[in-house]
Amino acid sequence: MERLQFSYPARQSVARRVHVGVVGSGDLEVLLEPSPDGQAHVSINTSVEGFAAVWRHVLDRFFGRFDGAAVIEINDSGATPGVVLLRLEQAVEALRE
Amino acid sequence: MSAPPRSSFIELSARERAAALLDAGSCRELLGPFARLKSPWLPLQGIVAQADDGVVLSRGCIGGESAVVAAIEGAYQGGSIGEVSGSKIAAALELALRDCERGRPVRPVLVLETGGVRLQEANLGLAAIAEIHAAIVALRRHVPVVGVVAGLVGCFGGMALAAALCSRLIVTRQARLGMNGPEVIEQEAGIAELDAMDGADVWGLMGGEQRYATGLADVLVEDDVEVIAAQVRDACSAAALPRTERVDEFRRRLAGIDPQRPPSPAALRALWARERQP
Amino acid sequence: MSAATGGSEPRLSGRGLCWFQALTGQPGLLACGPRTVRVADAPLGGETARFIAVVADAANRFPRARGGEVGLDEAWTLAHEVRRAIAEDRQRRPRPLIAVVDVTSQAYGRSEELLAIHLAGAAAADAYASARLEGHPVIALLVGNAMSGAFLTHGYQANRILALDSPEVLIHAMSKESAARVTRRTVEALEELGERITPMAYDVRSFARLGLLHRLIEGVNADAPGTADVERVRNELSAAVADARATPHDLSSRLTSQGAAAVRAASLEVRRRLAEEWDAAG
Repeated sequence: MERLQFSYPARQSVARRVHVGVVGSGDLEVLLEPSPDGQAHVSINTSVEGFAAVWRHVLDRFFGRFDGAAVIEINDSGATPGVVLLRLEQAVEALRE
Repeated sequence: MSAPPRSSFIELSARERAAALLDAGSCRELLGPFARLKSPWLPLQGIVAQADDGVVLSRGCIGGESAVVAAIEGAYQGGSIGEVSGSKIAAALELALRDCERGRPVRPVLVLETGGVRLQEANLGLAAIAEIHAAIVALRRHVPVVGVVAGLVGCFGGMALAAALCSRLIVTRQARLGMNGPEVIEQEAGIAELDAMDGADVWGLMGGEQRYATGLADVLVEDDVEVIAAQVRDACSAAALPRTERVDEFRRRLAGIDPQRPPSPAALRALWARERQP
Repeated sequence: MSAATGGSEPRLSGRGLCWFQALTGQPGLLACGPRTVRVADAPLGGETARFIAVVADAANRFPRARGGEVGLDEAWTLAHEVRRAIAEDRQRRPRPLIAVVDVTSQAYGRSEELLAIHLAGAAAADAYASARLEGHPVIALLVGNAMSGAFLTHGYQANRILALDSPEVLIHAMSKESAARVTRRTVEALEELGERITPMAYDVRSFARLGLLHRLIEGVNADAPGTADVERVRNELSAAVADARATPHDLSSRLTSQGAAAVRAASLEVRRRLAEEWDAAG
């Protein structure tokens, strides 16, 4: 099990907190809530070790489109980058509802 | 004009199931993911902890009456019961009991999707299940306790006892209900006893339809959100003697069975045919 | 009781029968019931208590319940005998029910599943819980194995759980051999995990640390108890009965113990925080 942390600059505030997903095999859950300091912070608990660079790449892509100041917790059980992005985008969708 | 497409209850997450069973707009989740009441034990073993530990508690109304739904997330660790997930269910039932004793009835509903005790938390999972049993027995004196086993995980282990304790048990055809899972029986008693990969055999022994036909479940439903929600709503008037109190009847039934020549599942349906519900 | 895939042989412990007979002075055979369930009314601390045990019987009619497992007949008989005590004591002080526990597991088998052992087990648990709610002090005395479904069925609904401090008193959700197979680890690896992670341990001293045990009885010969040993246990049982009578008829004592505060902190926090949110949700 590995724990990773990343931070990204942000421009917009985030109004509320949302949750999507399940920590099933090949899946993940995302907890997203407003950040206290104007930046975005991501903490990841993942069952698969050694993929920090891949996570960085996925998050670079995500934050290329999302500029909210959010604290994001990811609990991951071996999801592919595609599934991770899907869940993150679902969380953003939920923010807009 | 064609009928609207059915929506599958089985495909819903525990969170969605709980919301589906409560009256529209009344659903309020308690101790949700942001409470971050996680397993203290799984990370010590390199297993990622889910923020709600695999149980969703939601309060609201069912048919206008105050209710609480505890729904197990089968996709997380097989719905297994650990310290936190078990305590969430037990605590919800204990608080429902407290309210009932204070003259404010709360209708409890359990959505059971579980392989039983989480072995990584063994004795705390088992202890929590004992507390769940105690709470159901106490609650049943005040209100019917409704259980739903939908599948595809089914309901096994100590939680199968919880299902059996329910005043009213609703199952789908896809559900399975048994004390020991097919894999465990095959492992303990050998593949000649039970081939866990033989679906027809497994469902024949412990599937929803078999359990319903032998009077071990009260309602057999199709996998449809509206149908299941309606059955849960209607379960409030379950007045029949709980199965677990029909001791002499089941002892007589067992006495008439020869373990050297046990009945087939089909024959058991005839022996234990459902009585007409009043 | 062999199996094609090498299912675990049950360890035929005689502890349950040994202690049942030591405490009651009787074999406890039922007139109409399997030889695997022993019941006797015997004196305890100035009153009469009903002692109940599940024991091995190589000639039991269900082949998968011959080694001290709680099978169909056992579970339904437990339910019947406990409910008989409830009925008999309706008009008088509910007698103590002492569950002498040495049960290897629930019975694993095709017939058991077909014939609804899960319901049988629930009926026994219900009977014990109902007795407790009716004011019977229900005391579990662990003298050997207290495993998974069998323990849920016979003992785990007790007001108080007592155990002999003995290496053969084991409590868990699944036998070591089975758990090792299911989790694809070695038995040694599981034992090592149990040393680090208290709820995964099998031994009674680790179980005691969880705060679920009312009393760990030390210094008693568990296999061949002498008169003093039996007297000592009887006194502990009596004290537990009095303690149970003086407190609520639920399982809350398992949460107010020192062990609970130390090792079941999450169980307590769940309850505390749920109560807060519950009332807010109205």
